Amino acid sequence: MAILELKGLGKNFGKNVAVNEIEMNVEEGEIRGLIGPNGSGKTTLFNIISGFLKPTKGMIIWQGQEITGLPPHVVARLGLVRTFQLTALFSEMTVMQNVVTSCHLHTGTTLWQQFRHSAETRRKERETEEKALNLLESMGIADRKDEIAAELPHGHQAALGIANALATGPKMILLDEPVGGMNPTETSETMDRIKMLRDRGITVFLVEHDMRAVMTTCDKITCINFGNKIAEGAPQIVCNHREVVEAYLGEEMACSL
Amino acid sequence: MQKNNVNRSVWLTILTIIMVVAPFTISGYKVDLLTMLMVNVILAVSFRLITTTGGWSLAHVPMMGAGAYATALISGKLGIPFWFSMPLAGLAAGLTGLAISYPLVRTKDFSFFVASFAAGEAIRLCWIRFKVPFGGHRGLGVPIPELIPGVPALDFGEAIPYYFLTLVVTIICLSLMYRLDNSRVGDSMKAVQSQEALAKSVGINADGYKMLAFFIGSFFAGIAGVLLAHRLWAIEPHQFGFTATLYLLVWVVFGGSHTFAGPVIGVVILTILGEVLRPLADWVPMVYGIIIILTLIFLPDGLESLPRRLGSSAGKIWKFRISFGD
Repeated sequence: MAILELKGLGKNFGKNVAVNEIEMNVEEGEIRGLIGPNGSGKTTLFNIISGFLKPTKGMIIWQGQEITGLPPHVVARLGLVRTFQLTALFSEMTVMQNVVTSCHLHTGTTLWQQFRHSAETRRKERETEEKALNLLESMGIADRKDEIAAELPHGHQAALGIANALATGPKMILLDEPVGGMNPTETSETMDRIKMLRDRGITVFLVEHDMRAVMTTCDKITCINFGNKIAEGAPQIVCNHREVVEAYLGEEMACSL
Repeated sequence: MQKNNVNRSVWLTILTIIMVVAPFTISGYKVDLLTMLMVNVILAVSFRLITTTGGWSLAHVPMMGAGAYATALISGKLGIPFWFSMPLAGLAAGLTGLAISYPLVRTKDFSFFVASFAAGEAIRLCWIRFKVPFGGHRGLGVPIPELIPGVPALDFGEAIPYYFLTLVVTIICLSLMYRLDNSRVGDSMKAVQSQEALAKSVGINADGYKMLAFFIGSFFAGIAGVLLAHRLWAIEPHQFGFTATLYLLVWVVFGGSHTFAGPVIGVVILTILGEVLRPLADWVPMVYGIIIILTLIFLPDGLESLPRRLGSSAGKIWKFRISFGD
């Protein structure tokens, strides 16, 4: 069953068509890759799905319910959470504080309870901290919980970014260039974490330029160019697709994969 | 952690004793100076509360004015006792803040600056324009608070009783704001400042938290305004003009806005400096100007960052540790 359906989704900036009537379905439990040349509309598409931009036309159906035009925090509450490129962390907070803040949705205490600081509130806060610690353990960065986020190495920052997204209890995560700027070791570690997300039953939709990472991780790939979908299917099929090779990969790249 | 708490309570106890004893050892003028200092502390800390969500509002002093005008109307014109008019005036200021926050949270950075300045000035112009009920340029008179209405018990027209009234209100305001700052709500506000887009995408209603910060910050600014008005016995629109806003900015930039203590340090040190330089009163704005430029160049995070900058070992000289023989 499709967990996310895009129906004729389009976005214009003035006269420029950034995204042109895209139709696509993301199935529950898959890892979907979105590829395309720079400026092809990948990030715009992510921004529309997550509610940061309003589409000019078309519909977004999330679990059978229309979410077109809802603000980002509401979309997140429905279980559709996006992450940003590496540097987007609560960078001056500690690793632990990052995840605890992202657990916000589940703490479920009111302002009044915060003020009273009752036993109930404290119990909930302890629960949140335990949950955050579990998440950090599953991401393999629990030993760094008291370090400042900005001071972590790249790979660990990426892990923290994913932990932040996981803390909201999502059904689907949108990852924007999860391995951008990483060395091969960090890349393969991050890709393993992404596969782990799928094993937890979370659908993953990612934008990435590192073709090797995309090819080895994704179940299915969609390629867009100038805002139009030009190919979709299993990694091997898409990367040998004539238009994809011409627009994005180039002959050499296609052969090597 | 435990030791830190002990340290903090020791310092707070010492500070409280000083604050309780001080007014009996100094002149009436200096008592009033301390009273005004506490009013400014509430103002600066409530300003920081708004900055924790990311915006440096230039309409904060007019919010204090809103509290002052509200209490002048409620207790002066309607004759409602001080004890009720204080929270009501705070609420009036809070609602004013909430009202201006609605358009303001839709602006960013520079446009936020300009828009908040415009909103503050618009409110101030209302007080000048509408002679009824705001009294125009001449402003309004404010009655002296009474402990129990109609019973001549404690004269809050005197410096020392009013000092203690202000002290109690200040302690309550600061502890409420401190609690908020350290709660999950405070963390969410800081998350909005740190990475607004990320905050939204983990489900934090960024605009909602900004408006909440405006409401609470303006409420406490309003309380500061109430304390100011009932000590000065009269208020006029010029008190809440841009000069006052500039002073507020200097305090907070100088002290720093990352920690709760930053703005307090800023207000206290600059007020003391202002007193020391009283013979050179005409020069004080220039000294302030030099201070703000030097701070921005050499200590961009304010005075609060000094211990950290000097390194942890030197930092210990700054906040020395008290241990109990262990």
